[in-house]
Amino acid sequence: MSDALRALYQEVILDHYKRPRNWGRLPQPTGHADGHNPLCGDRLSVDVQVEGDRVADIRVEGQGCAISVASASMMSEALKGRTVSEVTSLFDRFHEVVTGRADAEAAPLGKLAVFAGVAEFPARVKCATLAWHTLRAALDTRSGAVSTE
Amino acid sequence: MNPRCASVLDTPPTAAWPPDVERLRDDFPALRQHVGGRPLAYLDNAATTHRPAAVLAALDRFYRRDNANIHRGVHRLSVRATEAYEGARATVARFLNAARPEEIVFVRGATEAINLVAYSFARPRLRAGDEILVSELEHHANIVPWQLVCEQTGARLRVVPITDAGELRLDSYERLLTERTRLVALTHASNALGTLNPVRQLVALARQHGVPVLLDGAQAVAHVPVDVRALDCDFYVFSGHKVFGPTGIGVLYGKAALLEEMPPWQGGGDMIRTVSFERTTYADPPQRFEAGTPHIAGAIGLAAALDYLRSLDAESLARHEHDLLAYGTARLAALPGVRLLGTAADKVPVISFTIDGVHPHDAGTVLDQLGVAVRAGHHCAQPLMQRLGVPATVRASLAFYNTRTELDALVEGVRRAIEVLR
Repeated sequence: MSDALRALYQEVILDHYKRPRNWGRLPQPTGHADGHNPLCGDRLSVDVQVEGDRVADIRVEGQGCAISVASASMMSEALKGRTVSEVTSLFDRFHEVVTGRADAEAAPLGKLAVFAGVAEFPARVKCATLAWHTLRAALDTRSGAVSTE
Repeated sequence: MNPRCASVLDTPPTAAWPPDVERLRDDFPALRQHVGGRPLAYLDNAATTHRPAAVLAALDRFYRRDNANIHRGVHRLSVRATEAYEGARATVARFLNAARPEEIVFVRGATEAINLVAYSFARPRLRAGDEILVSELEHHANIVPWQLVCEQTGARLRVVPITDAGELRLDSYERLLTERTRLVALTHASNALGTLNPVRQLVALARQHGVPVLLDGAQAVAHVPVDVRALDCDFYVFSGHKVFGPTGIGVLYGKAALLEEMPPWQGGGDMIRTVSFERTTYADPPQRFEAGTPHIAGAIGLAAALDYLRSLDAESLARHEHDLLAYGTARLAALPGVRLLGTAADKVPVISFTIDGVHPHDAGTVLDQLGVAVRAGHHCAQPLMQRLGVPATVRASLAFYNTRTELDALVEGVRRAIEVLR
Protein backbone atom coordinates (compact mmCIF):
# COMPACT_ATOMS: atom_id res chain seq x y z
CA MET A 1 0.00 0.00 0.00
CA SER A 2 1.28 3.47 -0.77
CA ASP A 3 2.19 5.73 2.14
CA ALA A 4 -0.51 8.20 1.17
CA LEU A 5 -3.11 5.44 1.21
CA ARG A 6 -1.86 4.18 4.56
CA ALA A 7 -2.05 7.71 5.95
CA LEU A 8 -5.59 8.09 4.64
CA TYR A 9 -6.99 4.80 5.86
CA GLN A 10 -5.48 4.61 9.33
CA GLU A 11 -6.64 1.92 11.72
CA VAL A 12 -8.57 4.37 13.83
CA ILE A 13 -10.44 5.67 10.78
CA LEU A 14 -11.30 2.16 9.65
CA ASP A 15 -12.43 1.29 13.17
CA HIS A 16 -14.85 4.23 13.24
CA TYR A 17 -16.02 3.38 9.71
CA LYS A 18 -16.85 -0.18 10.69
CA ARG A 19 -18.28 0.72 14.13
CA PRO A 20 -19.43 4.32 14.01
CA ARG A 21 -20.06 5.86 17.44
CA ASN A 22 -23.05 7.93 18.47
CA TRP A 23 -24.97 6.54 15.52
CA GLY A 24 -28.72 7.05 15.51
CA ARG A 25 -31.18 9.77 16.45
CA LEU A 26 -31.85 11.86 19.55
CA PRO A 27 -35.38 11.73 20.94
CA GLN A 28 -35.76 15.51 21.17
CA PRO A 29 -32.86 17.31 19.50
CA THR A 30 -32.58 21.06 19.75
CA GLY A 31 -31.14 21.10 16.24
CA HIS A 32 -31.21 18.81 13.21
CA ALA A 33 -29.87 18.95 9.69
CA ASP A 34 -29.47 16.67 6.69
CA GLY A 35 -26.27 16.78 4.70
CA HIS A 36 -25.80 15.51 1.20
CA ASN A 37 -22.81 15.17 -1.07
CA PRO A 38 -24.39 15.05 -4.54
CA LEU A 39 -21.09 13.98 -6.10
CA CYS A 40 -21.09 10.58 -4.45
CA GLY A 41 -24.59 10.28 -3.05
CA ASP A 42 -23.48 10.27 0.60
CA ARG A 43 -26.11 11.35 3.09
CA LEU A 44 -25.71 12.13 6.78
CA SER A 45 -28.17 13.54 9.24
CA VAL A 46 -27.06 15.13 12.46
CA ASP A 47 -29.07 15.65 15.66
CA VAL A 48 -27.68 17.93 18.37
CA GLN A 49 -28.76 18.62 21.91
CA VAL A 50 -27.50 22.03 22.99
CA GLU A 51 -27.80 22.93 26.67
CA GLY A 52 -26.84 26.49 27.47
CA ASP A 53 -23.90 27.12 25.19
CA ARG A 54 -22.69 23.50 25.29
CA VAL A 55 -23.21 20.59 22.95
CA ALA A 56 -24.60 18.04 25.39
CA ASP A 57 -25.18 15.27 22.89
CA ILE A 58 -24.84 14.44 19.19
CA ARG A 59 -26.16 11.61 17.03
CA VAL A 60 -25.37 10.96 13.42
CA GLU A 61 -27.11 8.70 10.98
CA GLY A 62 -26.71 7.96 7.30
CA GLN A 63 -24.49 6.28 4.80
CA GLY A 64 -21.23 7.15 3.22
CA CYS A 65 -17.68 6.21 2.46
CA ALA A 66 -15.09 5.32 5.07
CA ILE A 67 -13.87 8.89 5.30
CA SER A 68 -17.28 10.53 5.71
CA VAL A 69 -18.58 7.95 8.20
CA ALA A 70 -15.38 7.93 10.28
CA SER A 71 -15.26 11.71 10.23
CA ALA A 72 -18.86 11.91 11.46
CA SER A 73 -18.22 9.34 14.17
CA MET A 74 -15.01 10.94 15.45
CA MET A 75 -16.55 14.40 15.25
CA SER A 76 -19.38 13.26 17.48
CA GLU A 77 -16.91 11.98 20.09
CA ALA A 78 -14.73 15.05 19.91
CA LEU A 79 -17.52 17.58 20.31
CA LYS A 80 -19.62 16.29 23.18
CA GLY A 81 -19.41 18.75 26.04
CA ARG A 82 -17.77 21.49 24.03
CA THR A 83 -19.13 24.99 23.73
CA VAL A 84 -20.56 26.09 20.44
CA SER A 85 -17.70 28.53 19.91
CA GLU A 86 -15.16 25.75 20.57
CA VAL A 87 -16.94 23.67 17.97
CA THR A 88 -16.67 26.47 15.45
CA SER A 89 -12.96 27.01 15.99
CA LEU A 90 -12.26 23.28 15.91
CA PHE A 91 -14.10 23.01 12.58
CA ASP A 92 -12.02 25.89 11.24
CA ARG A 93 -8.80 24.13 12.25
CA PHE A 94 -10.05 20.79 10.92
CA HIS A 95 -10.89 22.41 7.60
CA GLU A 96 -7.46 24.04 7.40
CA VAL A 97 -5.76 20.70 7.99
CA VAL A 98 -7.79 18.51 5.62
CA THR A 99 -7.41 21.05 2.84
CA GLY A 100 -3.65 21.17 3.44
CA ARG A 101 -3.57 24.83 4.39
CA ALA A 102 -2.20 24.04 7.85
CA ASP A 103 -0.48 20.99 9.30
CA ALA A 104 -1.92 19.19 12.29
CA GLU A 105 0.81 20.50 14.58
CA ALA A 106 0.10 24.14 13.77
CA ALA A 107 -3.61 23.55 14.18
CA PRO A 108 -4.10 21.13 17.07
CA LEU A 109 -6.96 18.71 16.52
CA GLY A 110 -6.43 16.01 19.12
CA LYS A 111 -7.58 12.62 17.81
CA LEU A 112 -8.99 14.27 14.72
CA ALA A 113 -5.41 14.76 13.48
CA VAL A 114 -5.73 11.31 11.85
CA PHE A 115 -7.61 13.07 9.07
CA ALA A 116 -4.50 15.03 8.05
CA GLY A 117 -3.92 12.40 5.34
CA VAL A 118 -6.99 13.64 3.51
CA ALA A 119 -5.00 16.68 2.37
CA GLU A 120 -3.21 14.39 -0.10
CA PHE A 121 -6.57 13.55 -1.68
CA PRO A 122 -8.33 16.76 -2.72
CA ALA A 123 -11.25 14.76 -4.13
CA ARG A 124 -11.96 13.46 -0.63
CA VAL A 125 -12.04 16.74 1.32
CA LYS A 126 -15.81 16.92 0.93
CA CYS A 127 -16.13 13.44 2.42
CA ALA A 128 -14.23 14.53 5.52
CA THR A 129 -16.18 17.75 5.97
CA LEU A 130 -19.74 16.61 5.17
CA ALA A 131 -20.54 15.79 8.82
CA TRP A 132 -19.10 19.10 9.98
CA HIS A 133 -21.08 21.18 7.50
CA THR A 134 -24.18 19.29 8.51
CA LEU A 135 -23.43 19.80 12.19
CA ARG A 136 -23.02 23.52 11.67
CA ALA A 137 -26.43 23.65 9.98
CA ALA A 138 -27.90 21.68 12.89
CA LEU A 139 -26.38 24.14 15.38
CA ASP A 140 -27.86 27.00 13.42
CA THR A 141 -31.12 25.11 14.06
CA ARG A 142 -31.94 25.47 10.48
CA SER A 143 -34.01 22.44 9.71
CA GLY A 144 -33.22 22.53 6.01
CA ALA A 145 -30.71 20.44 4.11
CA VAL A 146 -27.11 21.33 3.36
CA SER A 147 -25.07 20.26 0.43
CA THR A 148 -21.36 20.13 -0.17
CA GLU A 149 -21.97 21.74 -3.55
CA MET B 1 -27.49 -3.11 -39.52
CA ASN B 2 -25.79 -2.63 -36.18
CA PRO B 3 -23.15 -5.26 -35.61
CA ARG B 4 -24.08 -5.46 -31.95
CA CYS B 5 -21.95 -7.37 -29.55
CA ALA B 6 -23.85 -10.61 -29.95
CA SER B 7 -23.93 -10.58 -33.71
CA VAL B 8 -20.30 -9.54 -33.85
CA LEU B 9 -19.39 -12.67 -31.99
CA ASP B 10 -21.26 -14.76 -34.52
CA THR B 11 -19.20 -13.47 -37.39
CA PRO B 12 -16.06 -15.46 -38.07
CA PRO B 13 -12.80 -13.72 -37.21
CA THR B 14 -11.46 -11.72 -40.10
CA ALA B 15 -7.91 -10.94 -41.11
CA ALA B 16 -8.15 -7.79 -38.97
CA TRP B 17 -8.53 -9.87 -35.81
CA PRO B 18 -7.08 -9.30 -33.32
CA PRO B 19 -6.70 -5.55 -33.78
CA ASP B 20 -3.27 -4.10 -33.00
CA VAL B 21 -4.42 -2.24 -29.90
CA GLU B 22 -0.90 -1.24 -28.85
CA ARG B 23 -0.46 0.55 -32.17
CA LEU B 24 -3.87 2.22 -31.79
CA ARG B 25 -2.91 3.40 -28.30
CA ASP B 26 -0.04 5.31 -29.86
CA ASP B 27 -2.66 7.48 -31.58
CA PHE B 28 -3.78 8.75 -28.14
CA PRO B 29 -0.99 10.81 -26.54
CA ALA B 30 -2.62 11.03 -23.10
CA LEU B 31 -2.83 7.26 -22.71
CA ARG B 32 0.96 6.97 -22.55
CA GLN B 33 1.48 8.37 -19.09
CA HIS B 34 2.13 7.28 -15.57
CA VAL B 35 0.07 8.52 -12.65
CA GLY B 36 1.64 8.20 -9.23
CA GLY B 37 4.37 6.06 -10.72
CA ARG B 38 1.96 3.56 -12.30
CA PRO B 39 0.98 3.26 -15.94
CA LEU B 40 -2.38 4.88 -16.45
CA ALA B 41 -5.29 2.48 -16.92
CA TYR B 42 -7.99 4.81 -18.14
CA LEU B 43 -11.33 3.10 -17.56
CA ASP B 44 -13.55 6.18 -17.39
CA ASN B 45 -14.49 6.49 -21.04
CA ALA B 46 -18.21 6.87 -20.38
CA ALA B 47 -17.33 10.14 -18.63
CA THR B 48 -15.08 11.27 -21.43
CA THR B 49 -12.84 9.49 -23.90
CA HIS B 50 -9.34 10.51 -24.83
CA ARG B 51 -8.61 12.19 -28.13
CA PRO B 52 -6.38 10.92 -30.91
CA ALA B 53 -3.52 13.07 -32.19
CA ALA B 54 -5.52 13.62 -35.37
CA VAL B 55 -8.09 15.59 -33.38
CA LEU B 56 -5.46 17.63 -31.57
CA ALA B 57 -3.81 18.38 -34.92
CA ALA B 58 -7.13 19.50 -36.42
CA LEU B 59 -7.72 21.90 -33.53
CA ASP B 60 -4.18 23.19 -33.78
CA ARG B 61 -4.42 23.62 -37.54
CA PHE B 62 -7.64 25.56 -37.25
CA TYR B 63 -6.30 27.99 -34.67
CA ARG B 64 -2.91 28.36 -36.33
CA ARG B 65 -4.02 28.70 -39.92
CA ASP B 66 -7.75 29.07 -40.64
CA ASN B 67 -8.78 30.96 -37.53
CA ALA B 68 -11.67 33.26 -38.40
CA ASN B 69 -15.35 33.62 -37.71
CA ILE B 70 -17.76 31.86 -40.02
CA HIS B 71 -20.66 32.81 -42.29
CA ARG B 72 -19.69 36.46 -42.50
CA GLY B 73 -16.21 37.54 -43.49
CA VAL B 74 -15.40 38.08 -47.13
CA HIS B 75 -11.76 37.34 -46.48
CA ARG B 76 -10.14 34.04 -47.24
CA LEU B 77 -9.59 32.89 -43.69
CA SER B 78 -13.29 33.24 -43.03
CA VAL B 79 -14.06 31.31 -46.19
CA ARG B 80 -11.73 28.52 -45.08
CA ALA B 81 -13.19 28.47 -41.57
CA THR B 82 -16.72 28.37 -42.94
CA GLU B 83 -15.85 25.55 -45.30
CA ALA B 84 -14.25 23.57 -42.51
CA TYR B 85 -17.20 24.13 -40.15
CA GLU B 86 -19.83 23.23 -42.74
CA GLY B 87 -17.64 20.34 -43.87
CA ALA B 88 -17.75 19.11 -40.28
CA ARG B 89 -21.53 19.22 -40.41
CA ALA B 90 -21.47 17.08 -43.54
CA THR B 91 -19.11 14.63 -41.83
CA VAL B 92 -21.46 14.29 -38.87
CA ALA B 93 -24.41 13.82 -41.24
CA ARG B 94 -22.54 10.96 -42.94
CA PHE B 95 -21.59 9.48 -39.57
CA LEU B 96 -25.26 9.27 -38.57
CA ASN B 97 -26.47 8.60 -42.12
CA ALA B 98 -28.72 11.65 -41.93
CA ALA B 99 -30.54 12.57 -45.13
CA ARG B 100 -28.73 15.91 -45.35
CA PRO B 101 -26.30 18.13 -43.41
CA GLU B 102 -29.06 20.64 -42.60
CA GLU B 103 -30.44 18.04 -40.19
CA ILE B 104 -27.34 18.43 -38.01
CA VAL B 105 -27.36 21.20 -35.39
CA PHE B 106 -24.14 21.86 -33.51
CA VAL B 107 -24.65 22.36 -29.79
CA ARG B 108 -22.48 22.12 -26.67
CA GLY B 109 -23.30 18.51 -25.98
CA ALA B 110 -26.06 15.94 -25.57
CA THR B 111 -27.45 17.87 -22.60
CA GLU B 112 -27.89 21.05 -24.60
CA ALA B 113 -29.38 19.11 -27.50
CA ILE B 114 -32.05 17.60 -25.24
CA ASN B 115 -32.80 20.99 -23.71
CA LEU B 116 -33.16 22.43 -27.20
CA VAL B 117 -35.72 19.79 -28.15
CA ALA B 118 -37.53 20.21 -24.83
CA TYR B 119 -37.77 23.95 -25.28
CA SER B 120 -38.38 24.27 -29.00
CA PHE B 121 -40.17 21.07 -29.91
CA ALA B 122 -41.92 19.77 -26.80
CA ARG B 123 -42.91 22.90 -24.93
CA PRO B 124 -45.03 24.54 -27.65
CA ARG B 125 -46.86 21.25 -28.26
CA LEU B 126 -47.57 20.13 -24.72
CA ARG B 127 -50.86 20.63 -22.91
CA ALA B 128 -51.90 19.69 -19.40
CA GLY B 129 -52.44 15.94 -19.21
CA ASP B 130 -50.06 15.11 -22.05
CA GLU B 131 -47.29 12.65 -21.29
CA ILE B 132 -43.60 12.30 -22.01
CA LEU B 133 -42.13 8.83 -21.72
CA VAL B 134 -38.62 8.24 -20.35
CA SER B 135 -37.12 5.19 -18.61
CA GLU B 136 -35.47 4.29 -15.34
CA LEU B 137 -32.17 4.00 -17.21
CA GLU B 138 -31.92 7.68 -18.06
CA HIS B 139 -29.10 10.04 -17.23
CA HIS B 140 -30.29 13.19 -15.46
CA ALA B 141 -29.80 15.01 -18.78
CA ASN B 142 -32.69 13.01 -20.20
CA ILE B 143 -34.91 13.54 -17.15
CA VAL B 144 -34.57 17.10 -15.90
CA PRO B 145 -35.20 18.99 -19.19
CA TRP B 146 -38.50 17.08 -19.48
CA GLN B 147 -39.40 17.82 -15.88
CA LEU B 148 -38.86 21.51 -16.62
CA VAL B 149 -41.25 21.47 -19.59
CA CYS B 150 -43.73 19.41 -17.59
CA GLU B 151 -43.72 22.06 -14.87
CA GLN B 152 -44.31 24.74 -17.47
CA THR B 153 -47.06 22.98 -19.37
CA GLY B 154 -48.82 20.67 -16.92
CA ALA B 155 -47.67 17.63 -18.87
CA ARG B 156 -46.63 14.49 -16.98
CA LEU B 157 -43.46 12.44 -17.03
CA ARG B 158 -44.07 8.69 -17.26
CA VAL B 159 -41.27 6.23 -16.56
CA VAL B 160 -40.68 2.88 -18.23
CA PRO B 161 -39.40 0.44 -15.59
CA ILE B 162 -36.45 -1.91 -16.02
CA THR B 163 -35.80 -5.50 -15.04
CA ASP B 164 -33.29 -6.41 -12.35
CA ALA B 165 -30.80 -7.11 -15.13
CA GLY B 166 -31.15 -3.47 -16.22
CA GLU B 167 -33.16 -4.05 -19.39
CA LEU B 168 -36.13 -1.98 -20.39
CA ARG B 169 -39.44 -3.74 -19.76
CA LEU B 170 -40.93 -3.83 -23.22
CA ASP B 171 -44.36 -4.91 -21.98
CA SER B 172 -44.54 -1.84 -19.73
CA TYR B 173 -43.25 0.36 -22.52
CA GLU B 174 -46.03 -0.77 -24.81
CA ARG B 175 -48.59 -0.26 -22.06
CA LEU B 176 -47.31 3.24 -21.32
CA LEU B 177 -47.55 4.30 -24.97
CA THR B 178 -51.04 5.79 -25.12
CA GLU B 179 -52.98 8.50 -26.90
CA ARG B 180 -51.68 10.89 -24.23
CA THR B 181 -48.01 10.25 -25.10
CA ARG B 182 -46.52 13.20 -26.97
CA LEU B 183 -42.86 12.23 -26.95
CA VAL B 184 -40.64 9.28 -26.14
CA ALA B 185 -37.14 10.16 -24.89
CA LEU B 186 -34.93 7.14 -24.29
CA THR B 187 -31.28 6.42 -24.00
CA HIS B 188 -29.63 4.34 -26.72
CA ALA B 189 -27.16 2.93 -24.18
CA SER B 190 -27.16 3.36 -20.40
CA ASN B 191 -24.25 5.35 -19.02
CA ALA B 192 -24.43 3.68 -15.62
CA LEU B 193 -25.03 0.05 -16.60
CA GLY B 194 -24.12 -0.22 -20.27
CA THR B 195 -27.49 -1.65 -21.31
CA LEU B 196 -27.94 -1.29 -25.06
CA ASN B 197 -31.61 -0.66 -25.75
CA PRO B 198 -33.36 -2.31 -28.71
CA VAL B 199 -33.84 1.15 -30.16
CA ARG B 200 -35.12 0.13 -33.57
CA GLN B 201 -37.94 -1.83 -31.95
CA LEU B 202 -38.62 0.97 -29.45
CA VAL B 203 -38.92 3.54 -32.24
CA ALA B 204 -41.14 1.26 -34.31
CA LEU B 205 -43.54 0.77 -31.40
CA ALA B 206 -43.74 4.53 -30.81
CA ARG B 207 -44.33 5.03 -34.53
CA GLN B 208 -47.40 2.78 -34.35
CA HIS B 209 -48.83 5.34 -31.94
CA GLY B 210 -47.64 8.28 -34.00
CA VAL B 211 -45.32 9.38 -31.17
CA PRO B 212 -42.03 11.12 -32.01
CA VAL B 213 -38.86 9.69 -30.48
CA LEU B 214 -35.66 11.26 -29.20
CA LEU B 215 -32.71 8.94 -28.63
CA ASP B 216 -29.86 9.90 -26.31
CA GLY B 217 -26.85 8.46 -28.08
CA ALA B 218 -24.16 9.87 -25.77
CA GLN B 219 -23.03 6.40 -24.66
CA ALA B 220 -23.71 4.58 -27.90
CA VAL B 221 -21.86 6.44 -30.65
CA ALA B 222 -18.39 5.34 -29.55
CA HIS B 223 -19.42 1.69 -29.65
CA VAL B 224 -22.10 0.90 -32.22
CA PRO B 225 -22.80 2.24 -35.70
CA VAL B 226 -25.78 4.59 -35.77
CA ASP B 227 -28.04 4.99 -38.78
CA VAL B 228 -30.74 7.52 -37.96
CA ARG B 229 -32.67 6.76 -41.12
CA ALA B 230 -32.74 3.03 -40.46
CA LEU B 231 -33.72 3.75 -36.85
CA ASP B 232 -36.34 6.22 -38.07
CA CYS B 233 -35.94 8.27 -34.87
CA ASP B 234 -36.98 11.92 -34.94
CA PHE B 235 -34.11 13.25 -32.85
CA TYR B 236 -30.72 11.78 -32.00
CA VAL B 237 -28.25 13.51 -29.71
CA PHE B 238 -24.64 12.92 -28.68
CA SER B 239 -21.59 14.67 -27.22
CA GLY B 240 -18.34 15.00 -29.11
CA HIS B 241 -16.10 14.33 -26.13
CA LYS B 242 -17.53 10.86 -25.58
CA VAL B 243 -16.59 9.83 -29.11
CA PHE B 244 -12.94 10.95 -29.11
CA GLY B 245 -13.74 14.56 -30.07
CA PRO B 246 -13.28 17.81 -28.14
CA THR B 247 -15.35 18.87 -25.14
CA GLY B 248 -17.92 21.60 -25.61
CA ILE B 249 -19.26 20.34 -28.94
CA GLY B 250 -22.22 18.08 -29.48
CA VAL B 251 -24.83 17.21 -32.01
CA LEU B 252 -28.56 17.37 -32.37
CA TYR B 253 -29.86 15.42 -35.32
CA GLY B 254 -33.48 16.25 -36.13
CA LYS B 255 -35.63 15.26 -39.08
CA ALA B 256 -35.72 18.26 -41.42
CA ALA B 257 -39.52 18.53 -41.34
CA LEU B 258 -39.50 18.79 -37.54
CA LEU B 259 -36.60 21.22 -37.29
CA GLU B 260 -38.32 23.47 -39.82
CA GLU B 261 -41.43 23.68 -37.63
CA MET B 262 -39.49 24.48 -34.48
CA PRO B 263 -39.09 28.06 -33.22
CA PRO B 264 -35.62 29.34 -32.31
CA TRP B 265 -34.54 28.80 -28.75
CA GLN B 266 -31.79 31.36 -28.40
CA GLY B 267 -31.73 34.67 -30.21
CA GLY B 268 -28.68 36.44 -31.53
CA GLY B 269 -26.36 36.66 -34.47
CA ASP B 270 -26.15 34.00 -37.16
CA MET B 271 -29.69 32.69 -36.53
CA ILE B 272 -31.60 35.46 -38.28
CA ARG B 273 -32.58 36.32 -41.81
CA THR B 274 -33.41 39.99 -41.28
CA VAL B 275 -33.60 42.03 -38.11
CA SER B 276 -35.52 45.23 -37.54
CA PHE B 277 -36.94 46.61 -34.34
CA GLU B 278 -40.41 45.89 -35.70
CA ARG B 279 -39.89 42.36 -36.89
CA THR B 280 -37.14 39.77 -37.12
CA THR B 281 -37.26 36.75 -39.37
CA TYR B 282 -35.28 33.65 -38.60
CA ALA B 283 -32.84 31.63 -40.61
CA ASP B 284 -33.66 28.12 -41.71
CA PRO B 285 -32.36 25.16 -39.72
CA PRO B 286 -29.70 24.44 -38.70
CA GLN B 287 -28.57 28.10 -38.41
CA ARG B 288 -31.85 28.96 -36.67
CA PHE B 289 -30.61 26.98 -33.67
CA GLU B 290 -27.00 28.18 -33.70
CA ALA B 291 -27.19 31.72 -32.33
CA GLY B 292 -23.86 33.40 -31.76
CA THR B 293 -20.41 32.24 -32.77
CA PRO B 294 -20.43 28.46 -32.40
CA HIS B 295 -17.58 26.25 -31.21
CA ILE B 296 -16.01 26.26 -34.66
CA ALA B 297 -12.82 24.49 -33.66
CA GLY B 298 -14.84 21.95 -31.69
CA ALA B 299 -16.95 21.04 -34.70
CA ILE B 300 -13.82 20.66 -36.82
CA GLY B 301 -12.18 18.56 -34.10
CA LEU B 302 -15.27 16.38 -33.86
CA ALA B 303 -15.21 15.79 -37.62
CA ALA B 304 -11.55 14.77 -37.29
CA ALA B 305 -12.54 12.30 -34.56
CA LEU B 306 -15.27 10.79 -36.73
CA ASP B 307 -12.92 10.60 -39.71
CA TYR B 308 -10.41 8.85 -37.49
CA LEU B 309 -13.05 6.36 -36.33
CA ARG B 310 -14.08 5.70 -39.89
CA SER B 311 -10.50 4.84 -40.78
CA LEU B 312 -10.54 1.95 -38.27
CA ASP B 313 -11.99 -1.51 -38.63
CA ALA B 314 -15.20 -1.01 -36.63
CA GLU B 315 -16.09 -4.67 -36.55
CA SER B 316 -12.84 -5.93 -35.10
CA LEU B 317 -12.82 -3.12 -32.54
CA ALA B 318 -16.39 -3.90 -31.48
CA ARG B 319 -15.30 -7.50 -31.08
CA HIS B 320 -12.30 -6.42 -29.03
CA GLU B 321 -14.54 -4.30 -26.78
CA HIS B 322 -16.87 -7.21 -26.29
CA ASP B 323 -13.96 -9.45 -25.43
CA LEU B 324 -12.80 -6.92 -22.82
CA LEU B 325 -16.31 -6.63 -21.41
CA ALA B 326 -16.64 -10.40 -21.05
CA TYR B 327 -13.13 -10.74 -19.58
CA GLY B 328 -13.52 -7.91 -17.06
CA THR B 329 -16.99 -9.04 -16.06
CA ALA B 330 -15.85 -12.60 -15.44
CA ARG B 331 -12.77 -11.60 -13.46
CA LEU B 332 -14.66 -9.16 -11.24
CA ALA B 333 -17.52 -11.59 -10.70
CA ALA B 334 -15.00 -14.09 -9.34
CA LEU B 335 -14.00 -11.74 -6.51
CA PRO B 336 -15.78 -12.34 -3.20
CA GLY B 337 -18.29 -9.64 -2.31
CA VAL B 338 -18.33 -8.05 -5.77
CA ARG B 339 -21.82 -7.56 -7.11
CA LEU B 340 -22.27 -6.65 -10.75
CA LEU B 341 -25.07 -4.29 -11.68
CA GLY B 342 -26.46 -4.35 -15.18
CA THR B 343 -26.33 -7.79 -16.71
CA ALA B 344 -28.28 -7.10 -19.89
CA ALA B 345 -27.67 -9.45 -22.79
CA ASP B 346 -26.80 -6.54 -25.06
CA LYS B 347 -24.32 -4.05 -23.60
CA VAL B 348 -21.77 -1.42 -24.45
CA PRO B 349 -18.54 -2.06 -22.52
CA VAL B 350 -19.51 -0.68 -19.12
CA ILE B 351 -18.97 -2.68 -15.92
CA SER B 352 -20.80 -1.30 -12.91
CA PHE B 353 -20.34 -2.98 -9.55
CA THR B 354 -20.42 -2.68 -5.80
CA ILE B 355 -18.11 -4.32 -3.25
CA ASP B 356 -19.45 -5.54 0.08
CA GLY B 357 -18.10 -3.38 2.89
CA VAL B 358 -16.24 -1.05 0.54
CA HIS B 359 -17.87 2.21 -0.48
CA PRO B 360 -17.38 3.02 -4.19
CA HIS B 361 -15.69 6.29 -3.31
CA ASP B 362 -13.06 4.49 -1.23
CA ALA B 363 -12.57 1.92 -3.97
CA GLY B 364 -12.08 4.78 -6.43
CA THR B 365 -9.34 6.30 -4.28
CA VAL B 366 -7.50 3.00 -3.87
CA LEU B 367 -7.78 2.32 -7.61
CA ASP B 368 -6.45 5.78 -8.40
CA GLN B 369 -3.39 5.03 -6.28
CA LEU B 370 -2.74 2.12 -8.62
CA GLY B 371 -3.13 4.25 -11.73
CA VAL B 372 -6.62 2.96 -12.49
CA ALA B 373 -9.12 5.70 -13.38
CA VAL B 374 -12.75 4.74 -12.78
CA ARG B 375 -15.89 6.61 -11.86
CA ALA B 376 -17.32 6.14 -8.39
CA GLY B 377 -20.72 7.64 -7.74
CA HIS B 378 -24.29 7.74 -8.91
CA HIS B 379 -23.32 8.51 -12.51
CA CYS B 380 -25.91 11.29 -12.80
CA ALA B 381 -28.57 8.60 -12.64
CA GLN B 382 -29.96 8.85 -9.12
CA PRO B 383 -33.38 7.37 -9.97
CA LEU B 384 -31.59 4.36 -11.43
CA MET B 385 -29.43 3.98 -8.31
CA GLN B 386 -32.60 4.09 -6.23
CA ARG B 387 -34.19 1.45 -8.44
CA LEU B 388 -31.13 -0.78 -7.93
CA GLY B 389 -31.08 -0.08 -4.20
CA VAL B 390 -27.53 1.26 -4.07
CA PRO B 391 -26.29 4.79 -3.30
CA ALA B 392 -23.49 4.52 -5.82
CA THR B 393 -21.42 2.09 -7.85
CA VAL B 394 -17.91 1.75 -9.18
CA ARG B 395 -18.00 1.99 -12.94
CA ALA B 396 -15.30 0.86 -15.32
CA SER B 397 -16.19 2.04 -18.82
CA LEU B 398 -14.08 0.91 -21.74
CA ALA B 399 -13.03 2.08 -25.14
CA PHE B 400 -11.43 0.16 -27.98
CA TYR B 401 -7.98 1.28 -26.81
CA ASN B 402 -8.26 -0.52 -23.50
CA THR B 403 -6.49 -3.81 -22.83
CA ARG B 404 -6.80 -6.93 -20.70
CA THR B 405 -3.73 -5.74 -18.80
CA GLU B 406 -5.65 -2.66 -17.71
CA LEU B 407 -8.55 -4.83 -16.56
CA ASP B 408 -6.05 -6.93 -14.60
CA ALA B 409 -4.95 -3.72 -12.88
CA LEU B 410 -8.60 -3.00 -12.09
CA VAL B 411 -9.09 -6.42 -10.54
CA GLU B 412 -5.86 -6.08 -8.58
CA GLY B 413 -7.06 -2.68 -7.33
CA VAL B 414 -10.41 -4.04 -6.22
CA ARG B 415 -8.59 -6.78 -4.31
CA ARG B 416 -6.43 -4.13 -2.69
CA ALA B 417 -9.46 -2.02 -1.78
CA ILE B 418 -11.01 -5.04 -0.07
CA GLU B 419 -7.77 -5.64 1.84
CA VAL B 420 -7.53 -2.02 2.93
CA LEU B 421 -11.12 -1.46 3.90
CA ARG B 422 -12.59 -4.75 5.05
